[in-house]
Amino acid sequence: MIKLLLSGDTPRSTVLAVILGVILVCLALAPFLFPGVRTVDTAARICVFIVLVASYDLLLGYGGIVSFAHTMFFGIGAYGVALASTHMGRGFDAVFVGALAGTGVAAALALLIGLFSLRVRAIFFAMITLAVASAVAVLVSQLSGLTGGEDGLTFQTPRALGPAFKFGDELFGVKLNGKLLAYYFVFFGALILFLLLLRIVNSPFGRVLQAIRENDFRAEAIGYRVVYYRVAATCLSAGAAALAGALYAVWLRYVGPDTTLSMELMIDILLMVVIGGMGTMYGAVIGATLFVVAQNYLQNLMGAASGLVTDVPILPELLSADRWLLWLGVLFILSVYFFPTGVVGRLRQGRQA
Amino acid sequence: MSAAPEHAPRMAQLSLGDRLGPWMPLLLVPALVVLGFLAIPSTSSWLTLTVSGLAMGMMIFIMASGLTLVFGLMDVINFGHGAFVSVGAFVGISILLMMGHMVEAPSLVLNLTAVLVAVIGAMAATGLMGWAFEKVIVKPVYGHHLKQILVTMGGLIVVEQLIIVLWGPEEIYFTRPETLQGAITFAGAALEKYRLVAVVVGLAVFAAMRFVLRRTKIGLIVRAGVQNGEMVQALGYRLRLVFIGVFIAGSALAGLGGVMWGLYQEVVSAHMGNQAMILIFIVVIIGGLGSVEGCFIGALLVGLMQNYVAFLEPKVALISNIGLMVAILMWRPMGMIPVVKAK
Amino acid sequence: MSDPILRLEDVYTNIAQYHILQGVNLEVPRGAVTMLLGRNGVGKTTTLRTIIGHWRARQGRILLDGEDITKLPTPAIARMGVGFVPEDMGIFADLTVEENMVLAAVSGPIDSARLDWVFSAFPPLKTFWKSEAGNLSGGQKQMLSIARAMVEERRLYLIDEPTKGLAPAIISTMARALKDLKDQGASVLLVEQNFAVARALGDSANVMDDGRVTWSGRMAELAGDAGLQERLMGLSLEAH
Repeated sequence: MIKLLLSGDTPRSTVLAVILGVILVCLALAPFLFPGVRTVDTAARICVFIVLVASYDLLLGYGGIVSFAHTMFFGIGAYGVALASTHMGRGFDAVFVGALAGTGVAAALALLIGLFSLRVRAIFFAMITLAVASAVAVLVSQLSGLTGGEDGLTFQTPRALGPAFKFGDELFGVKLNGKLLAYYFVFFGALILFLLLLRIVNSPFGRVLQAIRENDFRAEAIGYRVVYYRVAATCLSAGAAALAGALYAVWLRYVGPDTTLSMELMIDILLMVVIGGMGTMYGAVIGATLFVVAQNYLQNLMGAASGLVTDVPILPELLSADRWLLWLGVLFILSVYFFPTGVVGRLRQGRQA
Repeated sequence: MSAAPEHAPRMAQLSLGDRLGPWMPLLLVPALVVLGFLAIPSTSSWLTLTVSGLAMGMMIFIMASGLTLVFGLMDVINFGHGAFVSVGAFVGISILLMMGHMVEAPSLVLNLTAVLVAVIGAMAATGLMGWAFEKVIVKPVYGHHLKQILVTMGGLIVVEQLIIVLWGPEEIYFTRPETLQGAITFAGAALEKYRLVAVVVGLAVFAAMRFVLRRTKIGLIVRAGVQNGEMVQALGYRLRLVFIGVFIAGSALAGLGGVMWGLYQEVVSAHMGNQAMILIFIVVIIGGLGSVEGCFIGALLVGLMQNYVAFLEPKVALISNIGLMVAILMWRPMGMIPVVKAK
Repeated sequence: MSDPILRLEDVYTNIAQYHILQGVNLEVPRGAVTMLLGRNGVGKTTTLRTIIGHWRARQGRILLDGEDITKLPTPAIARMGVGFVPEDMGIFADLTVEENMVLAAVSGPIDSARLDWVFSAFPPLKTFWKSEAGNLSGGQKQMLSIARAMVEERRLYLIDEPTKGLAPAIISTMARALKDLKDQGASVLLVEQNFAVARALGDSANVMDDGRVTWSGRMAELAGDAGLQERLMGLSLEAH
């Protein structure tokens, strides 16, 4: 049964299986295990990012294609829900219409970009996505009439997912309200999407994709149209990212350029994929969890460290919590050099040794 | 034995279209200028916009030329190229700010000396940085595009953050040297002096680069290396050294472009390299990766397009460049002047 | 044969996971043309590419004039006086014929007497001196490729299939040029599939099979013995 759910792609490492199990249980029971607004928020963010990173892994790890437009697709999904909820009024119909429309737009855009750039050389794709994504980010902040510009949009989600909605008293000390339902909406949405992505990479389509990554020339010679497979992967990945964006919008009840479209977010995604392990899917789970937790708690630690060395020149500057990205960059370069298979790759290697 | 028929000259067999083909991209620039003239109602605004478009194009060309050559020569794509733009701008502007009295003096000689010192300082800094970047970041990932993209992107982030550590997170505003401020009036149009200077500098860089590539042995080696690096080595040239040289020169040029860009906008920020990168990428893609001439034409097109459209319909200015890129890739999928690889 | 210009001792070369050369032993005598023969895919081109350093020998030694060049980088080997004409000709298509030749003259400006000699061997190069090499015909490109090696005096010439895919008239031009080179006392290691050319030029011959040299001897001996050819290469050269 589990094997079927995981599409036959088991963790293949006891340690990894245990870690994944712990993450799953923690996320599934987060509102009960760690009651508190901030921790539940962290858990929801982890859920969303797992899907987002997994969808990116489909492209980078399985397809060998670097995209810098993944946040754009994520944002399109989020804005889809936001715009639909704003104009159609709160309700599940608005959420679904918005999510579907966002996914459609994201996939169509991915198709266009893919056809243009992947046709010639895969390297164009990285450059073109970077250009398009930043153009879209600028456009979104300029079209303030529609998108709320830099301020973003605050909107209302279905009543059943709001904190005011109560469907019972308390369970193990946790209030049974809409916020709890919203969390589980996000959790199960993420779980389903992740299992779907796992299914895709383990399907014949996923295998061909990997063959292309290893040697596109040979794959083409065997008779696979490399371009079609790459473009299809791009579209699937964009669609999944848009759905992740929709989940995020439902959870936050807000969208803005910084939270959904920024280049910084793109870097975060890259880092999560690389640290977790490219081309493994489970790497997305590990990477996203590690990263989001670290982001929430490590920055405080850096601030404290910075306070300790105030007398030394430059060092406090380097250690200040604002320089979080500096160290991420260093970590990123080092992991690509020395740790290209990420945590998951390491754990699986350890098992074989 | 009689002379083989293949020995007979056969150059005249190229059709008119074949011979025009290589020149088509060159015609695009005047075509766009004419189009701008038709679309923009006032001649004087058109002239102002054309000059600023050319100035912008020249600056983008200076920044992008190194990137395209580095790719052509060693198949290395450097997503961190924008970092050199930022560093060049910050170093150059810092030097200018230190020489405040020379900058504020209403003397052309003093002003230009200050700018020259700033440019040399910036180019030295970015050249040195290019050397280190190549050694530390790029060299370990030769021949591996995916890792190159990731690692050089990481390098960009680190450099950007280091700029913030060294210069602080705030944008730095300043004013251009006294004699480079203001505009001259020509045919009723106000032409900013600095933009004219930028056009001249850009043309000079392009001419110098063409001279080196066409007329010197090192240029020959670079051009040959773009086509078939293996053969260049088999002839006895150390391509790796040539490549490092090109990388350093390209980084220094990006630094020069950064100073010019900073002086143009009169503000520098740690993210400016990132923003420039987007235009740089568009330019090298539409020009044809590896082609200096294509890069030049592409840069002029992007600069002009950006300025014309920003005047006509400000909100679509950035999108217009994407549109330009799409149009050109539909016409020539490998860019305007595709570089033919031997293999 | 006591003092060869080039000697390969038990050379093994891998390309990716494939073992292409599996213990090549080869001697190239000074001042003579040595043929490297064999069916397609037995490692002739790989042998030349290993000598010039494009591929690295995994095992074994390559000695040029007694000096170990196995681990030297390609440019250093070339600078020691090894001229290389690759199978794909390695023409710089965007450069003119002149620029191609200027690049090939590594040690300085082209010697005009030597250039006249090259022109006399390959007249079209003079005609198209200022044209882009990419516009040359296939045969002219091959001429340029060999001319690049000839433009300076090299200690050793490595030439890979100079007549491949050429019209008979061009082949004879090519053969005459190579003969000219030979008459000047050059040391040449030549891969050649055209038997007439091989017989006319070769002093000694080495036949490869499956990544090894399986027979070495005088070219005349091989040329005169159809049975030997049949046995070594699975076909008679006379048949061509």
